[in-house]
Amino acid sequence: MNAVLQPKPNYIVCDGNEAAAWAVSLAQVDMVAVYPITPQSSLVEYLAKFIADGRLGAEIVDVEGEHSVLSVLQGATLAGARTYTASCGPGLAFMFEPYMRTPGMRLPMVMTIVTRDTLTPQSVWGGHQDAMSVREVGWIQIYCENLQEILDTTIMAYRIAEHHDVMLPVNVCHDGNYLSFATGRVELPDAAEVAAFLGQRDVNWHVALDPDRPMAVDPLTGGAGGPGPALFVRYRKGQCQGMQNSLAVIEEVHADWARRFGRHHAPLVEAYRMDDAELALVTLGSMTGAAKDAVDEARARGQKVGLAKVKTYRPFPAKKLAEILAPVKAVAVVDRSVSFGWNCGPLYQDTLAALQASNIPAMSCIGGLAGADITITHFARVIEACAELAEKRSPVDTLWLNEHD
Amino acid sequence: MIELRIHGRGGQGAVLAGNILASALAHEGKHVVAIPSFGFERRGAPVASFLRFDEKEIRQFTNIYAPDCLLCIDPTVGRAVNIFDGIKDDAIWVQTTAKSLPELQFSEKIATVGLCDAVAIARDIYGRSITNTIMLGALARTTGYVSLAALRAAIEESAFRDAGLKQNLDALERGYQETVVHNIERRAAA
Repeated sequence: MNAVLQPKPNYIVCDGNEAAAWAVSLAQVDMVAVYPITPQSSLVEYLAKFIADGRLGAEIVDVEGEHSVLSVLQGATLAGARTYTASCGPGLAFMFEPYMRTPGMRLPMVMTIVTRDTLTPQSVWGGHQDAMSVREVGWIQIYCENLQEILDTTIMAYRIAEHHDVMLPVNVCHDGNYLSFATGRVELPDAAEVAAFLGQRDVNWHVALDPDRPMAVDPLTGGAGGPGPALFVRYRKGQCQGMQNSLAVIEEVHADWARRFGRHHAPLVEAYRMDDAELALVTLGSMTGAAKDAVDEARARGQKVGLAKVKTYRPFPAKKLAEILAPVKAVAVVDRSVSFGWNCGPLYQDTLAALQASNIPAMSCIGGLAGADITITHFARVIEACAELAEKRSPVDTLWLNEHD
Repeated sequence: MIELRIHGRGGQGAVLAGNILASALAHEGKHVVAIPSFGFERRGAPVASFLRFDEKEIRQFTNIYAPDCLLCIDPTVGRAVNIFDGIKDDAIWVQTTAKSLPELQFSEKIATVGLCDAVAIARDIYGRSITNTIMLGALARTTGYVSLAALRAAIEESAFRDAGLKQNLDALERGYQETVVHNIERRAAA
């Protein structure tokens, strides 16, 4: 949508990919490495344009594939740069080896996943399966609900990643198609205020490619003898601790964002109309808007239903979610991906784990795979199924929302 | 909330039309979300694009199944897809065509029709049948959803430059001026 890019003083009308590119530009990153893949392509094309126009003073490296994208950025981060890329689907798969190495080296990169369903069956459309497939690799993963949240969260991601108690890479996930190509109004924060919010970059104090501080980067550790095992455990525990530390940091950063820019986004889990709710939906990403509309319609019919939107997915905000869901009689979790191991959705599994101390019955609903739509009507069915579950309290099969579309 | 569905063929700019319209509506203080439909769009293939606008925040990021208004920027795409699918009662239909109203078949739910020979205008202005900005003029004339001034501003802020910009502003203006609006006595209601 190249024709409607020009900024107005306080807002722009743009799509989700462009909103992310504006955030990266405002974060004044030093190095961007790119390899376009749909539905991410236009995002890195916007960045290339911003750099060519001089709006963003970053180096851009147009490499030969995603494996090199992340390898380039690892080197740049080790040299002290603030870095960015975006990928999805098969591109993310090709990136996997350096993707796996990044959190262990505690490199505070930010990478957008413009979420896409995975092959095969062949498809190029949205779904969370790509991001879900890498949910246990050690990146922080945050999902956006709308265009404004993409811009705001992508900026906040740098402060979260670069926090000294965290020092971990962040994936900001936005839904392929439904957010990447949706166009709407987005408020643009002031560049100087964003710079003050983010502060000085300090990304390689702990590990660096720096001639003044020679060190071995990521040397061999582990094994069964000598200092290896203890050293390896120290690294791993530290990495797990960094993930846990990030929960408080994410909350603190969102609170500071709200103070400075006047926009509050629930950092971990958003509770929507949960006061006195007897039924709860659990959602992730852009499906949430339609789910909130369905909740409003059900409330108007007299059904006591609310919603919990998971924004921070990794680390999983188990305590927060359990608190929000504690009073309800039944929970329906809607996933835009599947867990092949459990024949249900992955967010459903996480929710079950978070609810393990309670005896609230829960059910898994799967919709929106490979670009399918999850409409208010679909969510009305989810609410009905949830009401039935609250009544019967017996286990129910996974509900596939688009099975008969 | 008004829900609009734009039909066209790949290459005519249906998606861009949605984005320019979104920009114009945002300028007028409306909340707006435009979403293209997703397919392997290629030149000539039927495409659709969806747009919602409202006085209050729009939360749903979904396709549109029951539009209040159809904007069809291609004269023949209605043969390939049922453009009237799911439309609400008393819907508005804005169509590019060289035909007159009695020559056209359309849903009984349509209450207002705006007809504009955008293909002829486009050939005149661009030498090829790019109908999107012309039909935005036709939409403004037929529906009053958005002002011509706001559409002009959105086009001026777009990536169109120089001769291209002038052509598109002319196209918008001619689309507006050369659209004929018909109010239908609803057959279903009779």
